[in-house]
Amino acid sequence: MRRRHRAAAPMLVLLTLALIGVLYAAAGSATSAQASSDARGANAELIKQGQQLFAEGCSSCHGLGAQGGPEAPTLIGVGSAAVDFQVSTGRMPLAAPGAQAPQKPVIYNDEEIAALAAFVASLGPGPQIPTDEEINYQDADLAEGGELFRTNCSQCHNFTGEGGALSNGAYAPNLMNATPRQIYEAMLTGPENMPVFSNETLTPENKRAIIKYIQHMDEQPDYGGWGIGSLGPVTEGLFIWVIGIGLMIGAAVWIGARVR
Amino acid sequence: MSVMNKLGEQAEFLDDRLTVANWGKRNLRKVFPEHWTFMFGEMALYSFIIVLLSGIYLTLWFKPSMNEVVYNGTYTPLNGIEMSEAYKSTLDISFDVRGGLLMRQIHHWGAMLFIASMTIHMMRVFFTGAFRKPREINWTIGVLLLTMGFVEGFAGYSLPDDLLSGTGLRIAEGIMLSIPVVGTYISFFAFGGEFPGDEFISRLYGIHILLIPGIILGLITAHMLIVWYQKHTQYPGKGKTNDNVVGYPFMPVYMAKAGGFFFIVFGITVFLSGVATINPIWSYGPYMPDQITAGSQPDWYMGWLEGALRAMPNWETVIAGHTISWNVFIPGAIVLGVIIQLMIIYPWLEAKVTGDKREHHLLDRPRNAPTRTAIGAMSLSFYMLLLIGGGNDVIGTQFDISINAITWFIRIGIIVIPPIVFVITKRICLSLQRADREKLMHGRETGTIMRLPHGEFIEVHAPLSENEKAVILSKTDITPLPWPEKTDADGVRDPSYKKDHRWARLSHWWYTDNIAKPTAAELATAEEHIRHSAAEGAPIIAHRASLEPEGGVLHDPAAAAAEAEEGKEPVGK
Ligand code: HEC
Ligand code: HEC
Ligand code: HEM
Repeated sequence: MRRRHRAAAPMLVLLTLALIGVLYAAAGSATSAQASSDARGANAELIKQGQQLFAEGCSSCHGLGAQGGPEAPTLIGVGSAAVDFQVSTGRMPLAAPGAQAPQKPVIYNDEEIAALAAFVASLGPGPQIPTDEEINYQDADLAEGGELFRTNCSQCHNFTGEGGALSNGAYAPNLMNATPRQIYEAMLTGPENMPVFSNETLTPENKRAIIKYIQHMDEQPDYGGWGIGSLGPVTEGLFIWVIGIGLMIGAAVWIGARVR
Repeated sequence: MSVMNKLGEQAEFLDDRLTVANWGKRNLRKVFPEHWTFMFGEMALYSFIIVLLSGIYLTLWFKPSMNEVVYNGTYTPLNGIEMSEAYKSTLDISFDVRGGLLMRQIHHWGAMLFIASMTIHMMRVFFTGAFRKPREINWTIGVLLLTMGFVEGFAGYSLPDDLLSGTGLRIAEGIMLSIPVVGTYISFFAFGGEFPGDEFISRLYGIHILLIPGIILGLITAHMLIVWYQKHTQYPGKGKTNDNVVGYPFMPVYMAKAGGFFFIVFGITVFLSGVATINPIWSYGPYMPDQITAGSQPDWYMGWLEGALRAMPNWETVIAGHTISWNVFIPGAIVLGVIIQLMIIYPWLEAKVTGDKREHHLLDRPRNAPTRTAIGAMSLSFYMLLLIGGGNDVIGTQFDISINAITWFIRIGIIVIPPIVFVITKRICLSLQRADREKLMHGRETGTIMRLPHGEFIEVHAPLSENEKAVILSKTDITPLPWPEKTDADGVRDPSYKKDHRWARLSHWWYTDNIAKPTAAELATAEEHIRHSAAEGAPIIAHRASLEPEGGVLHDPAAAAAEAEEGKEPVGK
């Protein structure tokens, strides 16, 4: 009887293994290909939805391809962060041209905003909407945030973020209603007169510190009593003349009438 | 011997040697007239005392040093931040010293009240003509007190070395630098080198707690002594003349009133300091030359200068390579200087124009000096416009107005609005005077219409009360300066003709449209008429009164008794 080759059994095992491996790999790659094509489909779906919404609500000014027009700037390359900021704060769609886009009630829901953002992001690379991790400011340094805020932001937004005037009717708004995400996006995209604070100028860590400081000021009690709007000496002066001098004159008249 | 007797002996011993009883009788019974507007000066005095006392408390903890330290304390948002010792000690006063924040707020609200009280006190003095001879000196002292208040307040505001302090000092440095030729030297001298240096806070500290409080204290003392010596002015009324003072004795009535009022002022200041924040230096952060905040403003009393700076067009001249910054120099240095000087010389200026060299102890009613009242209103509108301009950014954001629009409004308004206010105020005064004259000539309108037998309808007029008449008749008519003659009787040219002519023209302008008081004869006929009309109408008025039993005047016997008790003291010395 002809003896089988000594190596036959191990070969077989190897072959089997190889076969299983190839099959497995083929099957695996097939599932992953399936998954990625699914994602592309969903994203494309989102972008399509965004394109639709954009055509309805935004194209009248920004143009169908978001290329801009006489009324509005191009949105190619502004990134999803800009769209999320502009739409979630109610600035866009703009109601009427003016010195500055005012904040209005938001008319799109979160999903629609994501769709608009995805559409604009698909047109060209730009700053992305920050992830939850990027805006998680719990461990940020509060004091550093204060320092950075006073150096970079208070000249326009006031020392407590109450807002301030810029030239020709423009203004830096009150920051107390902005969410951490919106604050982050504002810094990334620099809406209107606000400068862009890219990740090179202010690192994500710096940004989180600033967010923490802004949130803290919102929650901080007025240590000295009523803050009179936290607007500084102007309201203090008004207060002393109306309330202070008012009370004093009242007392003087009362004493004057009391003497006889 | 009882204790009382012993005390009496001691008192007699002292009195025999120092004759204090006589002095006391003379001075403690001194009569002061009564009116609520006479209490503004007291308000200023009491708030100064409050500021003084709270300031002493602050000195116990405040460290006037610009040494850099790292904060690690109660106010966590500043932990680990470098700051000056001055700022750190102010944080400590606010957060760690018992009652410290309250004291800081009392000190600062008190300072604002001090200057605000001086301001309304000065307005009262101006609009009633209380600054006229012989009180010009006291007016001057008052202006100096106000100026010192500005400087003292600014120095205090700069002490905590927070972001607003430093910003204010930066502006002060800019104003120093804008002075042509010597500006840079002055700035280097003041700051001991380049701004901000490390000396300025300790220098300011000496000025703030010693030098200027000392000057203010001295000026206040002089101010009070002069008031005491010259006696207080009074409003016109029945029995009040230029030669007497009608009112109550200092002891006990005024002592009680003044003491009570001090506690009221104190109470109001502490109340405000308890409920309202002022100068939250922890929010501003320490001063860093590279930081700035929107809403950087000085305290209100410097706000008008800030407004002048903000409204000024950006004018500069370059002469031989040196820039003269009119844009800072004019609003920062010239406006303040010129206005303070105008205020100081005003009493003499007015006397020169009116030619009025008499002493005045009876106050003017503002309507009876229409030109002065109009000048005052005009100045106030000027001041208010600058003050609004100083807050242009806050007003812009709060009322949604463009900051540029506000600035242009101020630039044009500062030239256009004050003259309009002048004209309107003068017209209002003159028509009030006309109404007064009408009352003198025809009596008070009773609102009762009567039909005469021949069918005519007339309104019944009642005679004025003695008091009303005295008030209206207190108006003093003065003839303007005479037009000078070009040559005298001998035909010699008068060398000062041109100058005199100019003053005379000013004087005639001052009195334009004066509504003369009725002469004695006119008044007598008028009174006859009024009596006649009142007598004619008496039955009707009586009839009406009987129809309206609920009407009528409540008679208050206590008030009548008090009136009879009023002291009257002659002015003569
Ligand atoms: C009435 C005209 C108008 C409409 C409608 C409008 N926009 Fe705008 N948009 C503007 C103008 C003008 C600007 C530039 C000024 C500004 O930022 O306020 C602008 C700016 C933007 C920016 C910021 C661009 C940058 O450079 O950062 C974004 C993002 C944006 N729009 C998105 C949208 C979206 C999304 C919609 C629809 C939901 C929309 N806009 C609808 C007029 C319009
Ligand atoms: C030169 C002035 C300027 C500076 C400096 C500036 N901002 Fe702004 N900021 C603006 C203006 C103007 C807007 C309003 C833009 C608009 O309405 O489209 C704005 C808007 C914002 C908003 C949106 C507020 C809202 O409620 O929608 C946030 C958040 C914000 N800024 C944060 C910051 C932070 C944080 C910094 C400092 C890192 C900063 N800004 C520095 C001028 C400035
Ligand atoms: C009428 C006179 C005065 C005025 C108008 C005035 C005004 C001010 C002001 C506006 C401040 C800033 C306060 C703040 O932190 O918000 C201040 C600070 C200060 N003042 Fe005065 N002050 C006066 C008199 C005095 C006197 C007499 C003293 C001491 C004897 C004094 C001691 C201080 C000290 C130590 C500070 C710094 C502490 C701090 O800022 O909290 N002041 N002053």
